Amino acid sequence: MRVGLLVTCLVDLMRPSIGFAALKLLEDAGCDVVVPATQTCCGQPGWNSGDRRAARALAEKLIADFEDCPYVVAPSGSCAGMIRTHFPEVFSEDAGMRARAERFGARTYELTEFLAKVAHRPRVSARFDGAVTYHDSCSGLRELGVKTEPRKLLAKVEGLKLVEMEECETCCGFGGTFSIKYGDVSAEMAERKCAHIAASGAQAVVLGDLGCMLNIEGRLRKRGDDTTRVLHVAEVLAGER
Amino acid sequence: MQIQSMHFRPRAAAALADAALQSNLQKFSSTGFTALRARAVADFGAGLFEKLRGEGAAIRDRALASLDAWIERFEAEATRRGATVLFAETREEACDLLLDICRRHGVKKAIKSKSMLSEEAGVNEALEAAGVTPVETDLGEYILQLAGEPPSHIIAPALHKNRGEVADLFEARHRAPRKTDIPLMTREAREVLRGHFLGADLGLSGGNFLIAESGSGVIVTNEGNGRMVTTLPRVHVCLTGIEKVIPTLEDFATLLRLLTRSATGQPISNYVSLFTGPRQAPDRDGPEYMYFVLVDAGRTSLVGGGMQEMLRCIRCGACMNHCPVYRAVGGHAYGWVYPGPMGSVLTPSYVGLENALDLPHAATLCGACSVACPVKIPLPELLRDLREKQVDRGLRPARERLGLRLWAWLALRPRLYALATAAAAAFLRALGGRSGMISRLPFGSEWTRGRFFPAPRSWRTFRSLYAARRR
Repeated sequence: MRVGLLVTCLVDLMRPSIGFAALKLLEDAGCDVVVPATQTCCGQPGWNSGDRRAARALAEKLIADFEDCPYVVAPSGSCAGMIRTHFPEVFSEDAGMRARAERFGARTYELTEFLAKVAHRPRVSARFDGAVTYHDSCSGLRELGVKTEPRKLLAKVEGLKLVEMEECETCCGFGGTFSIKYGDVSAEMAERKCAHIAASGAQAVVLGDLGCMLNIEGRLRKRGDDTTRVLHVAEVLAGER
Repeated sequence: MQIQSMHFRPRAAAALADAALQSNLQKFSSTGFTALRARAVADFGAGLFEKLRGEGAAIRDRALASLDAWIERFEAEATRRGATVLFAETREEACDLLLDICRRHGVKKAIKSKSMLSEEAGVNEALEAAGVTPVETDLGEYILQLAGEPPSHIIAPALHKNRGEVADLFEARHRAPRKTDIPLMTREAREVLRGHFLGADLGLSGGNFLIAESGSGVIVTNEGNGRMVTTLPRVHVCLTGIEKVIPTLEDFATLLRLLTRSATGQPISNYVSLFTGPRQAPDRDGPEYMYFVLVDAGRTSLVGGGMQEMLRCIRCGACMNHCPVYRAVGGHAYGWVYPGPMGSVLTPSYVGLENALDLPHAATLCGACSVACPVKIPLPELLRDLREKQVDRGLRPARERLGLRLWAWLALRPRLYALATAAAAAFLRALGGRSGMISRLPFGSEWTRGRFFPAPRSWRTFRSLYAARRR
């Protein structure tokens, strides 16, 4: 099964190890993974800022970058959500491109969604000793319906105990450019998320999106918590740490 | 109500720094309406409720698709039953029509049940200026009238105040010993209000729905005040927006199921009042004169455009209850009548895009609002559309436009992008030092005031590491 890995701009820049973890998981599942070298960003910052022109140019580029991939997989609900839910809207005035974007969206998946639903042999041989709590990122949950998939996969990790926190579906306050436009509101939302994480008693919060990850980790450390780990679900499943 | 929506930033900052407000908001978030709604939806059956949401949206769409026709039908039916239907194009005209009615009937005192449109139009100020005493009789609105504050939530207007603050207010304004027992406080307010109910010449209510086939107005309330406002005084005026019209009583039954569950988690509210014309021959109570003042104030400008879905709104408040931004800053930060996600769409639509530049951006687009909305308004999409309108009209700051343009230009050029991100990764990695946490980010103080910025873990980007591995 040929799969194009959409690394995502934040993984590329901030956490390459997550990209390699995703690569390993897909290869372990028997996929033939290609990583188009020309990929950059899905255009979501432009779209969410109201810049349709920029979003359209980047959407066209991404579709072309992955043109010959029967499946496109991203370790991010946010980027996969942008593609599946919003690419068709980006081309609302161009019926041809819109249809193409819809077809492209239908073969685009968030990583855990792909592993749980599409991959023939999802193999998880990782080990993690301790309790983790899962933060449902907004786009993955509400745009793609990713809820049970990461939990099912985490349940296969030896030694891992999943404890749910209060309000696991509430936004952490990242919101892309929101986090740098309304920093104080964003940080207050992150603080509430951190309080729920702390109250869960988990040693690590696991999640599927880089934006949430940076936001939550930044706030946890700022409030003086140097022990609770913030891990991407791909890292835990790939057993890289 | 005075428009302060251009000051979201300082108002939000003030809200975050207000310890009492933060404690009230925390309590609202943890024990408030969201949990009650969740239970009500579970009791109803989640699947059935989903279906009901679809029906609710369809009813509202059907009404909005022929809004003019349904309004004409409503007008004809209400008139046939003895009510007078008046139309106001603007907020000012709404006040003028109301003052005309007051003059015609020699009104000195008007009692009010909850009406958000009266907040939009600044009815209390207009009445006072004309020598008519307005008295709010919804408990929350009454508290706010005593305090001289605007509502901070569309169905729980005083939720920003706690029991102690209300006790202080009652002690000062009622000149009675301070009480902190809620039933006793309520009784005290009720005793004060009773005199107003009996002495008022006019009752002013809002209207949750207008039913075209019967010419009825509806209010959905939990306090008995609404029923008294609409039946005790000689004159009853229902002041509401023209978009509230729905075709049939059957439609109303469907929307009522959605409204109370979405708002407070109740299967039905304590009171549901339908008023159909003034007192008729065999009736033993009810007003002698009944008016509907139906206000446009920007609503028709949304019909047929990209924002039409917003007019489906049935004012339940679920979007703000579920909004993590609202829960962090409260309703006053939004600066006008309607807070939260629905307010961030309505305010720029009604008072001008340029007067509420922050509101469409003051959202993470997390989608919690649209999932909770009983009539499936795609609020995040509408907020994003407003952002696009701002861009198209050149209303965004130059720095933001330049930043976006530069980013897009770079992201379209993979080789250059690779070089730039490689440099950025190394730079940020160096800034992070041993701890890996950046405490002050150049051009990123908004981020680092309240958080660290976690630095890249690697000196190199994924792309360069991957290319090296392949070689």
